[in-house]
Amino acid sequence: MTGLFTVGDTVRVRVAYPPGHVRTPYFARGKTGVVDAIAGTYRNPEDLAYGRYDDPALPLYRVRFRQRDLWSDYGGPSGDTAIIDIYENWLEPAEGGTG
Amino acid sequence: MTGPETHSHDHDHDHDHDHDHARTFQPDIEDSAFSHYQVMAQALGEVLIEKGVITADELRGQLEWLDSRSPEEGAKLIARAWTDSAFKELLLKDVNAAAESMDLDAGDIPIRVVENTPDVHNVIVCTLCSCYPRALLGLPPDWYKSREYRSRTVREPRAILAEFGTTIAEDVEVRVHDSTADLRYLVLPMRPEGSEGLDRDALEHLVTRDCMIGVSLPRDPQE
Repeated sequence: MTGLFTVGDTVRVRVAYPPGHVRTPYFARGKTGVVDAIAGTYRNPEDLAYGRYDDPALPLYRVRFRQRDLWSDYGGPSGDTAIIDIYENWLEPAEGGTG
Repeated sequence: MTGPETHSHDHDHDHDHDHDHARTFQPDIEDSAFSHYQVMAQALGEVLIEKGVITADELRGQLEWLDSRSPEEGAKLIARAWTDSAFKELLLKDVNAAAESMDLDAGDIPIRVVENTPDVHNVIVCTLCSCYPRALLGLPPDWYKSREYRSRTVREPRAILAEFGTTIAEDVEVRVHDSTADLRYLVLPMRPEGSEGLDRDALEHLVTRDCMIGVSLPRDPQE
């Protein structure tokens, strides 16, 4: 399966608050980062948690964020980062990320 | 009649002293309330066994296997990567395959290593739960599962590292990995200075659980 994004792409995490077995942390929603790696394709845990095994597997991205983009008052150096594993259905194209 | 319930004392008591030794026993597991999730997990196990999906022995065996894992498994991979560049390349690509090549069982869940360099220090957390490469590190420590570690590591990693006695220079990037999804992570620490003459067995002893989580550094070979 070919994913929507490739390594180096700037992406934004969707701002959404659906119920269920969501694996995208709240603190990352709406934040912009850069695809650091593609981790492969995996079945969507939001479906698996409810016994839906037939849905297609999703690309899983390792998205790198600058800590200062995640937390406006981050106290450490500007070079510090966080990499979060995020399924494709939570990402949209964006511009201007510097993670 | 002699015994703990009735023995006499040669000192005075100002109250009726009936030794209740039962109170000194550690409570049985069943004496504390089961949580909703404990009940659900137990019920699920029983249903799977009743329906013949798994056998009781398979469930028991899986628990036994999980309990048998320890950070020594991970340390073997790290020490080998320090001494064998072809192996290190394989480890960086696919930990499960690298483990299999050494006859180590890394389990079915895909595991990746993240490499520390002079410019990057990695630390692992699972902010949503407590995902952990159990096959290679054993059961996670309680602090790894605590809300404090999970929330603060991604929020103020350098403060957490300092509490573990680990200071990372300001010009080194601290990179937090939040294992929210299908992969598990293990840190490949830098081989410590002064370990040049050591063989693989000796190197394994420098590799601690905590340095593979990233909250610490390998042991100093001089100590």
